[in-house]
Amino acid sequence: MTLRIGNTVGESRAPADLPVRPTAPKPKPKPKPQGFDGYWPWLFVLPTLLGVLGFYIWPIIQTGYLSFTETGPFGGEEFIGLDNYQTMLSDENVGQALINTLVYTAIVLAGIPIALLMANLVNQPGLRFASFYRVLFFMPYIAMPTAVALVWRMIYNGDFGILNWILSLVGIDGPYWTSTPGFAIVSVGIVGMWASLGFGIIILGAALKNISPDYYEAAQLDGATKWKQFTAITVPLVTPSLFFVTIISVINGFQLFDLLYAIMGQYNPALVQSQSLVYIFYNQAFIQNDKGYAAAIGMLILVVIGIVTFFQFRMQKKWVNYV
Amino acid sequence: MSKETLAPAQQGANSVRTHVVLLVIGFVMVFPFLWQLIISLSTNDQVMSVPPTFWPGDLQWGNFVTVFTKLPFFDQFGVSVGITVIRVVGQVVLCSLAGYAFARMRFRGRGIFLGVILSILMVPPQVYLIPQFQIIQNLGLLNTIIGIALPGIFSAFGVFLMRQIFLGLPLELEEAARLDGANPFQIFYKIMLPLAVPGISALVIITTLWSWNDLLWPLVVTTYAEKMPLSAGLATLAGSITTDYPVMMAASVLAMAPVLILFIALQRRVVEGLAFSGSK
Repeated sequence: MTLRIGNTVGESRAPADLPVRPTAPKPKPKPKPQGFDGYWPWLFVLPTLLGVLGFYIWPIIQTGYLSFTETGPFGGEEFIGLDNYQTMLSDENVGQALINTLVYTAIVLAGIPIALLMANLVNQPGLRFASFYRVLFFMPYIAMPTAVALVWRMIYNGDFGILNWILSLVGIDGPYWTSTPGFAIVSVGIVGMWASLGFGIIILGAALKNISPDYYEAAQLDGATKWKQFTAITVPLVTPSLFFVTIISVINGFQLFDLLYAIMGQYNPALVQSQSLVYIFYNQAFIQNDKGYAAAIGMLILVVIGIVTFFQFRMQKKWVNYV
Repeated sequence: MSKETLAPAQQGANSVRTHVVLLVIGFVMVFPFLWQLIISLSTNDQVMSVPPTFWPGDLQWGNFVTVFTKLPFFDQFGVSVGITVIRVVGQVVLCSLAGYAFARMRFRGRGIFLGVILSILMVPPQVYLIPQFQIIQNLGLLNTIIGIALPGIFSAFGVFLMRQIFLGLPLELEEAARLDGANPFQIFYKIMLPLAVPGISALVIITTLWSWNDLLWPLVVTTYAEKMPLSAGLATLAGSITTDYPVMMAASVLAMAPVLILFIALQRRVVEGLAFSGSK
């Protein structure tokens, strides 16, 4: 170790500013190893660390183990190897649930361009009542999903819902939205899109504010139309935020449960064909009480999200611009 | 502000067309809330009428009274408030302590432990939910506020968020305090924590939102209606074969109103907080 006196070119600070680095070697009875901060950090970190290990890491390991077991009728587990995974791969309901989850997620993702347009609209400089509009736009995002789901259930009602009444005005005989297989997951998806627009608007709105007005002024001088400015300046400059919103939307899309559970109810005839992966997981784990099988489904959700996220990160080079 | 003081580009922003478009979109976004209010003040016959009854005429405030008399609304409200307060306080205390240590203190295994905590962010809740349930069951905490709140006082996201905040604060302040003989906790509590308020408020907002609205976990650890938070209570109510639609709507209005009103009142802060956490 070289002895620093504080007169090297890079160090213009006065020696008094460097108390941690003594200018002369002093004999210490117990030199701290590499400058660790003793026991203090542990007091800060230990509660969280123990909580995370106990309530998250250990359960994750447990779930891995559970997925290779069968839950007996009176509790207790029996090791059955890969049986749960084999059952899962040939389980039509799981396949259908995967498709439903993907359909739902795709519908929610289709909301992101809409969110960008809305964010662009509400973030125009000098817009009056902007915060009023912003509140209208982000209300669905902060409202309790279970509660709004119940309203949508009324709107979608096949007999007296307002949606079918509006459709009847233009001569369309609307279906039983939430109890017809196929229609049901799309109906839930539309609610999901409506509810998540606010998130995109907030994140993308923040990104829009960071774009220098100079770009737009220059474009205006060049005679670019509003739409041209939007596609040539706005969109490329917010791609990092679009990427972030996409990643989060996919992760949240795969978590579809609340809306589905509350919109469809437990006695819906279309439920079996309209389940999401998380719904099947919940049903197997806590209603059917087959925790081993449910654990395997949990692992499936982990793997699918992992794969999708991996490909999103691989593809980001193709469309995300980091300035 | 008068029109003369606005730049030409800004005048364009306030054209009638812009405001009409914004109002139409805004109406579509809030229509379900308006419809919910209308139904909650109607009679059941009006709700089931075709064409729909757009204005009930005689407002049925009694539906809201029914929510309190026939449903365990007060109990569920108390549970919702209880779990939200415990989680918010717990996360603010634990995450800011841990976040600070990971940002500013040196200790053995810092990188590994941080990695372990952050790894949870990659894992969907289904992968730890069943054993979490078993732990709460073994602790005898099913159907208790503590049981619902407990796992949620630890947050990998919160640790990450607070660490990012503390990383962004200048080092000089701490050094000055250290020279004055302050111990690490005093430095953290008196100097660094007040500077981390933007991060803390973001954490409070996000945790409140998530805790108030979360359904799956409370549904798993509660079985009695009066021990459930509002989200699970509502879902269970809707699952049972109830056809008293106006009361159901009144209950859902009351369930989401507290947080919705609070967050609309704090609109600017909420938007900033959410955007802030997204930028980390």
